[in-house]
Amino acid sequence: MIETITDVFSNFWVSLAGKLLLVATMVPLIGMLLGFAEMKLSAKMQSRVGPYFAGGRWGWAQLIADGVKFFQKEDLVPEDADSPVFKAAPILVLVGTVSLFLVIPFGPGLIFQDLSVGIFYALAISSVGTIGVLMAGWSSANKYSLMGGLRAAGQLIAYERPLVLAVVGSVIMAGTMSMSGIVEAQISVGFPFVVVQFVGFGIFMTAALAELARIPFDMPIAESELVMGYLTEYSGFRFLFFFLAEFANMFTLSAIAATLFLGGYWLPFVPESSLEFTGPLILVGKVFLLTFTMIWFRWTFPRFREDQLQTLAWKVLIPLALMNIAITATLKVVL
Amino acid sequence: MVTDNDLTKHLSEAQVSVEIQTEDMTLNIGPQHPSTHGVLRLVARVNGERCFDVRPVIGYMHRGYEKLSEVRTYLQITALINRIDWVSGYANEIPFIVAAEKLMDVEVPERAQYIRLILTEMARISSHLIFMASYPLELGAATPLFFALRDRERVLDLLEGVTGGRFHPNFNRIGGVKPNAGAGPTTKKTPQDLPAGFLADTRDAMSVVLDTCEEIEDLVAGNEIFRARTKGLGVLPPEVAAAFGVSGPNLRASGVNFDLRKVEDYLPYDKFDFDVVVGENGDCWDRWWVRLQEIRESTKIIQQAIDGIPPSGPLQAKVPKLIKVPQGETYVRAENPKGEMGYYLVSDGGTGPYRLKIRSASFSNISILSWILEGVLVPDIIAIMGSLDFVLGDVDR
Repeated sequence: MIETITDVFSNFWVSLAGKLLLVATMVPLIGMLLGFAEMKLSAKMQSRVGPYFAGGRWGWAQLIADGVKFFQKEDLVPEDADSPVFKAAPILVLVGTVSLFLVIPFGPGLIFQDLSVGIFYALAISSVGTIGVLMAGWSSANKYSLMGGLRAAGQLIAYERPLVLAVVGSVIMAGTMSMSGIVEAQISVGFPFVVVQFVGFGIFMTAALAELARIPFDMPIAESELVMGYLTEYSGFRFLFFFLAEFANMFTLSAIAATLFLGGYWLPFVPESSLEFTGPLILVGKVFLLTFTMIWFRWTFPRFREDQLQTLAWKVLIPLALMNIAITATLKVVL
Repeated sequence: MVTDNDLTKHLSEAQVSVEIQTEDMTLNIGPQHPSTHGVLRLVARVNGERCFDVRPVIGYMHRGYEKLSEVRTYLQITALINRIDWVSGYANEIPFIVAAEKLMDVEVPERAQYIRLILTEMARISSHLIFMASYPLELGAATPLFFALRDRERVLDLLEGVTGGRFHPNFNRIGGVKPNAGAGPTTKKTPQDLPAGFLADTRDAMSVVLDTCEEIEDLVAGNEIFRARTKGLGVLPPEVAAAFGVSGPNLRASGVNFDLRKVEDYLPYDKFDFDVVVGENGDCWDRWWVRLQEIRESTKIIQQAIDGIPPSGPLQAKVPKLIKVPQGETYVRAENPKGEMGYYLVSDGGTGPYRLKIRSASFSNISILSWILEGVLVPDIIAIMGSLDFVLGDVDR
């Protein structure tokens, strides 16, 4: 029986379908989970109750209700909008996010595709979403959307560099770009890379926040200035796509940070033989820790101004990241 | 030696030949926009993120109160004017009532004066707490909103307990305050004035408000991003502020020590010890900081007033049943939370004013907008506009 199942799954197309199904259920699930966490945590921080009635207890069904609501809304495309681009933008944003799940190792061997250039692929694909955002801003035929889209593009250019440079330290230490290879390197040295790569970790998390366009770097949306930025004209399920992409992206970027710096699915003192089962739980635990910090920032900080963000990226983060690389490389050679 | 001519020549040669052709864009901010505090409309000419010309358009909420006052009696007018600046409704009534009393030559009993003063300062606290709530929100921080509004509600509850209304108390009468106000059993023989336990509750609420001030200071003032966004932004020099008729905390933030509570005698402020908070640079940070300190000064005044209020006494001076204000004209101005609020009252001896000119603070305060917003970035439009703390009802009347 089991052999037939393994046989069936060794077929390329069947395993592809299985993986697709898994990702297709994971993304909305994670989106809802994190969305709900954000609602409840922000309520806690602001002495509110948060969602309470939906689902009968603790408002657990609030996000399901919201999702259903989005599908009931009118799918509105502004008359002057560039319709094909306007419709393609949310899909592109979601694709950029979903593709990131491909290279996240949830356990030893538990990875959709262990690419030898895993982290390179992840960084490249994560910026595809920004093209979607720029498309959304440009095609909406709305001045606020346009400004939001352009801000997002400017932000991408400023923040992709520190994000990439921050990763290099870990890659040098591991000697590989494969995501599972980096985790195995951390297992073999016996400590998560954050112990020595704390500068890289800090830069990565800051840049990830900017990449996600969350407060304090939410200038592309900036609801008090640009109404809703590039999202202004979106409604219904297209808006839901952006919403899901934001939260799923939060998960994937945290997962990449956890993999590169916090040991991924591995935790010291947990027997390696049990990682097949505990690995995913450990990774998700670390991811939730990181997403909690992101939510915490979101409800504590005001927003930067676009030029202040550029200054921070070019004058602080990039030099710091370069120094980090130089020191890491020197030590790697010397030691 | 390099002459000016050489320098220009050098610069013109060194100039990069790539010049991007950009068009100006007209950005219509408002009348429906998340952070225009109502229906203010700004027509901004922007080049990228830089805005070089802003024209405020007002009047979307004009309700014609000046004209309406001419066909209303004095008692009815208080119900109108506390809708001018609705976040500090109580404070609006005072200068109008005092103007009428001045023409009638009525002496207001001391206890009524004290009640007026306590409630006016509470209106100031609630108005400034709204600012403490909304200003960080305009800069993107959502949490201070809930802290400030939570404790503003305590203040408003107390106001409601006395007057019956959170926003529109309609509590003042010519010659005093409304008798039989508040909770508790009332008989015709012994009118209740303040609800039982009001003074003790107010004292508690004041300490809560002071705690909130600490909390807000921790959360907002200690934040590097908030400092970076507000310090040195939207600087308003004192002479420009005076030329535009800017008043209140906005004027004091520019370093002008001018507070009508110290200058005028519409309420017995001279009996209390409080400081006029003055800023240094006149930037957005100072305007925020001055208001935070003014909340603290107001709690100080209220604490002293609770100590000093006469335990009993009449609430109402002897006035005729049908109020007719003798012929004459007067101008009474008061330090409202938003700035100077004044009423120029002309009476021809009837039951209502012949003419009532309302000088509202926000109207003069936002006249500075096109001057102060010239050449700023789009995010700073919101930051500067928010720091002026205006209410559209106060602008359009």
